[in-house]
Amino acid sequence: MKNAKAGPLLYGFLVAVLAASVFPLYYSFIVASKDNSVLGEKVPPLVPGGNLFENIARVFDTVDFWLAMQNSFIVAATVAISNVVLGTLAGFAFARLRFKGRDSLFLVVLGTAMVPTQLGVIPLYMLMSDLDWYGTLQAVIVPALIGSFAVFWMRQACEETVPYELIEAARVDGCSVLRTFWHVGFPAVRPQAAVLGMFTFMTAWNDFFWPLIVLDPNDSPTVQVALSTLASGYYTDYSLMLAGASLAVLPVIAIFVLLSRQIVGGIMQGAVKG
Amino acid sequence: MTAVRTRTEAAPAASVPSSGESKRFRLNSWDAKYTPYLIVAPFFVVFAIFGLYPLVYTAWVSLHDWQLIDGNQGFVGLDNYVHLFGDANFWNALFNTISLFVLSTVPQLLAALGLAALLDRGLRGSAFWRAGVLLPNVISVAAVALVFAQFFGRDFGIVNFLLGLAGIDPVDWRADTWASHLAVSTMVMWRWTGYNALLYLAAMQSVPKDMYESATLDGASRWRMFWSITVPSIRPTILFTVVTSTIGGLQLFAEPALFDPGFAANNSTGGSDRQFQTLVLYMYEKGFRLFDAGYAATVAWMLFLVVLLVAIVNFSLTRRIAGKG
Repeated sequence: MKNAKAGPLLYGFLVAVLAASVFPLYYSFIVASKDNSVLGEKVPPLVPGGNLFENIARVFDTVDFWLAMQNSFIVAATVAISNVVLGTLAGFAFARLRFKGRDSLFLVVLGTAMVPTQLGVIPLYMLMSDLDWYGTLQAVIVPALIGSFAVFWMRQACEETVPYELIEAARVDGCSVLRTFWHVGFPAVRPQAAVLGMFTFMTAWNDFFWPLIVLDPNDSPTVQVALSTLASGYYTDYSLMLAGASLAVLPVIAIFVLLSRQIVGGIMQGAVKG
Repeated sequence: MTAVRTRTEAAPAASVPSSGESKRFRLNSWDAKYTPYLIVAPFFVVFAIFGLYPLVYTAWVSLHDWQLIDGNQGFVGLDNYVHLFGDANFWNALFNTISLFVLSTVPQLLAALGLAALLDRGLRGSAFWRAGVLLPNVISVAAVALVFAQFFGRDFGIVNFLLGLAGIDPVDWRADTWASHLAVSTMVMWRWTGYNALLYLAAMQSVPKDMYESATLDGASRWRMFWSITVPSIRPTILFTVVTSTIGGLQLFAEPALFDPGFAANNSTGGSDRQFQTLVLYMYEKGFRLFDAGYAATVAWMLFLVVLLVAIVNFSLTRRIAGKG
């Protein structure tokens, strides 16, 4: 309803919404910078204290946070690259190649997004034990190598940006399907592939349930698993927990600040056409 | 175009050296026919092995006395189900699951609808506001749970402090069932309201403007237009969010798990008295803390049926309500 002009009341309300979005992050940073004893005072702290680096040091003393960061990075980067490569290929095929059953296969891809696969963790865990993958990063990486979102997203991108004529021309010139993809398809969708990569990176970085089950919290934690370990002391140590949480969200916030426009655009585009 | 040409001209020579036209044609048609299947195959292979097969196999495991470490101890038919139906902890977890789902999803989607309507009013700096509402969604659920655990602390939590300012006695957010459900739902709402608002906003922006113009001429109020034009027009998106939030909301795990301070210390009961233990949390407790895989699979399979049922009911319910206009 664009005919109505936005007034100061509306902006005031939106500022409040924004504050609610940001406050938990701000507060977690505040607590992370405080000595634990301050948290026992009557009025909750609202300005940073001087113990941030001490608390961060305690995080690294309590759990192997370097290892956790490194593991999360390996997992998230591998999953992101793989989703970009396999998703772009599949998306290109669904958008621009002609083959029998193409449309029904794509409907199957969309349908799989609705399947609550989380409920299959018991057999999935057994499968990983049989493969001797318990506690290894590939147990987290391999099931996430390609997801329906990547296929859906890249199909959309190819539909919008890869011209049929260029493909026909390349094919007439005797280009193989893969070469056509590499020289015509991929260059056209590079920007969307980059956004997908960042998006998948964040999702994989944030994943909690499956890594918690299949990784060894002491030997092969990801950052999120390490966070749950930080929460397990003899007493609840909020400065420690939230120092860890602040560290854990830093990479995602960095990506978000850089790419928020593209991420917002991506979500909204998917909504209309999906 | 020229760049593509020069590159592609070398292609046939490289891939099919010194071959006649007919061989090249045959290769080419094999390529055109089968390569598409090859490049969409990885998705289906990964989904079949790591998604579909485990889910279906869950039903088979649930018919056995199956221990996570010692393996299959034999077929027991429906014994696990008989046991499940008499298990008070299962019913408790089912109740908590439904309650948390309703408390987190219904207000969330209504708030998202309202927020989307506000974001749709020709704002200055719209990209900034949109990014602002989406921010919570990119924060990991584990980090969110830890911050909110502090917010809802009994003694030094910020929520009780604010309630104190209003003259309300402190609430023991983890001890009371309803209080704990409210707290856990707040985490879910914080993470997902903005995301759903953006989905609605996108749909609202593709509603033709002339529909509003003629309604304005007829003297319709904005409130009236919202319910009789906007909502019916974005019905497909509403249906989509209802179904996805149903599937997600019935499978809550991290929020209730980490809200319980005892969680990482090998306690996954979701509260001292199971006040906020969801079905996924119960499945986790049975399967990965007590190693009773057969029983955990039974819980999982029942939850699968619940998800299916609720998704279908919500879908048809929403379709009817949103369609009336």
